[in-house]
Amino acid sequence: MSQQNKVSESAPQRVLLQGNEACVQGSLLAGCRFFAGYPITPATEIMEIMSRELPKAGGTFIQMEDEIASMGAIIGASLAGVKSMTATSGPGFSLMQENIGFASMTEVPCVIVDVMRSGPSTGIPTQPSQGDVMQARWGTHGDHPIIVLAPSSVYECLELAVQAFNLSERYRTPVILLIDEVIAHMREGVVLPTKGDFEIENRPQPTVPPEWYVPYSDPGTGVPSLPAFGQGYRYHVTGLYHDVWGYPTSRKDEVGPFIERIFSKITRNFDRLQLFNSFHTEDAQVTVIAYGCIARSAHQAVAEARSKGLKAGLITLKVIWPFMRRTVVGALGKSARVLVPELNVGQISREVKRVNEGRAEISTLNRVDGTLITPREILQAIEDIHP
Amino acid sequence: MKKTRHLIHDYLRHSKKFPHIWCAGCGIGIFMNALIRVIDQSEYSKDDIVLVSGIGCSGRLPVYVDFNTLHTTHGRALTFATGIKLAQPRLKVITIMGDGDATAIGGNHLIHAARRNVDITSFIINNQIYGMTGGQTSPTTPHGAKTVSSPYGNPEPDFDISRLVEAAGANFVGRTTVYHTPLLDKLIDKALHKPGFSMVEVIAQCVTYSGRWLGLSSPADMMKWQRDNAIPIEKAREMSKEELKGKVIIGILTDKDRPSYYEEYGKLF
Repeated sequence: MSQQNKVSESAPQRVLLQGNEACVQGSLLAGCRFFAGYPITPATEIMEIMSRELPKAGGTFIQMEDEIASMGAIIGASLAGVKSMTATSGPGFSLMQENIGFASMTEVPCVIVDVMRSGPSTGIPTQPSQGDVMQARWGTHGDHPIIVLAPSSVYECLELAVQAFNLSERYRTPVILLIDEVIAHMREGVVLPTKGDFEIENRPQPTVPPEWYVPYSDPGTGVPSLPAFGQGYRYHVTGLYHDVWGYPTSRKDEVGPFIERIFSKITRNFDRLQLFNSFHTEDAQVTVIAYGCIARSAHQAVAEARSKGLKAGLITLKVIWPFMRRTVVGALGKSARVLVPELNVGQISREVKRVNEGRAEISTLNRVDGTLITPREILQAIEDIHP
Repeated sequence: MKKTRHLIHDYLRHSKKFPHIWCAGCGIGIFMNALIRVIDQSEYSKDDIVLVSGIGCSGRLPVYVDFNTLHTTHGRALTFATGIKLAQPRLKVITIMGDGDATAIGGNHLIHAARRNVDITSFIINNQIYGMTGGQTSPTTPHGAKTVSSPYGNPEPDFDISRLVEAAGANFVGRTTVYHTPLLDKLIDKALHKPGFSMVEVIAQCVTYSGRWLGLSSPADMMKWQRDNAIPIEKAREMSKEELKGKVIIGILTDKDRPSYYEEYGKLF
């Protein structure tokens, strides 16, 4: 493991990795040096590997008393200037929502991994689902911006973990890495990235001395600078609506611009948040839109459909939220039929229908019994709707 | 007077937060005053100090003072403080919580922070009521007391915060009232300089709400109650359980030298 966790300095190294392991690799590569967590299946490996590897990398690990505390600790560590993360699954993710909202409101960069397991409540801890798509978007109370990424391979767990930290630092927002149990526990060969394969981003820093520093003023990008506690810039952080100084306010001329700005950080960068893979989409008459483990079944199904002469294609979403409207609308405009298979009762398919506006005929394929949707089932659905 | 002016100029933030939100006669301001006074006499610079609070009347304290300040979610101050301290051990991390904040919604975090013995100096302002939400029963509201959420009397016994934190493993536990200001200063100073987890319980008056069920309507009456019912720990040791009923024991209740979390964690590598 210690060998695997070193990002190789020279020749690319191919290793067998589990999704959760790859997630740790990517996070360490991105500069994560603080982890706080609480045991929960099927995310626990991330915590276990972090407890072993972080001290070696000069970082700090702590097992907290619950997920609420884990989320509080990573926000605190991030304000102290250290890139931080936690990892959990559904029940713990629900507990984290309170402080995820705090991080969103106070614009504190941090990464939360949610390895989705089956069902509401305790459900089936060891079986997959994609039931947390809407919780990842709207789980915390109030209107707030959020970024959610979903890998569909072990390598993408690594790649999107790096992206999660980068986006979190760039836009000063919590970023959720939404993995499902299959991807988290699956093992695949991965060519470890070498130094320089990824650009590593850090939060904006003030360019003015402390006496001129206005903590929440918009520098034009929508993303104010964030010096660490102890760096000489003494400022106030609160979950209350706040003015540019960080002080509580309920004045509408201050609250309005604030909430508009924290949304605009994301909305004005929609074009930079279109991350997806496409497969045979150019001439597709049936386009499958999928993510996570189901994108793998869909890939196989589309390949088989093509070998049968059917014009099928696949878009695999890597960004779940903000919903990639322009990417999906592009597909809806080109393809008469669209299929959205998901391990839930229909969460992303609602978004697809929302942006469709009559462009294509949309079919869904859902499962919530803890088992996967197979390539054969998706192929059958493609055959059924193929014009 | 000159001294006070210097403290105001050096430690209170000058723009836009005053007047403060506390009611006239509230005890929290007396604590804030003492905290600033002690820090001013200490070796800590304003950049070294991180003040973390939860939600409630006490949660509003950090915004008024010129440190690194963080007003977190209800009951969670200690979790944020733990993250800050472990990520930047050179910082002096102080938490301010209320009784409902620290012992009801944040009770789990309180006992675990004390058990871990993380280097955090915590202050719990105990006014025996949920003040900001309008005077509901808290875990430290006396048994039988009538409040807006226990109109027929509180059926629950009250928590002894200091004994709870002591039992959970804190290195330093002290209790005082805001009436006993020299002791307040002394305990703040001791707690700030104690490695590991330290906690000072500060009994304070909520004139607006808890004064009602004590039958005391003025701040002066409530502070006289503190004066007349507080017993120094040295004296309390010689008194019977019966004599101590309804009294508040003040002073240094625990002072240990168990290695702090950071010390223990550091030994492992």
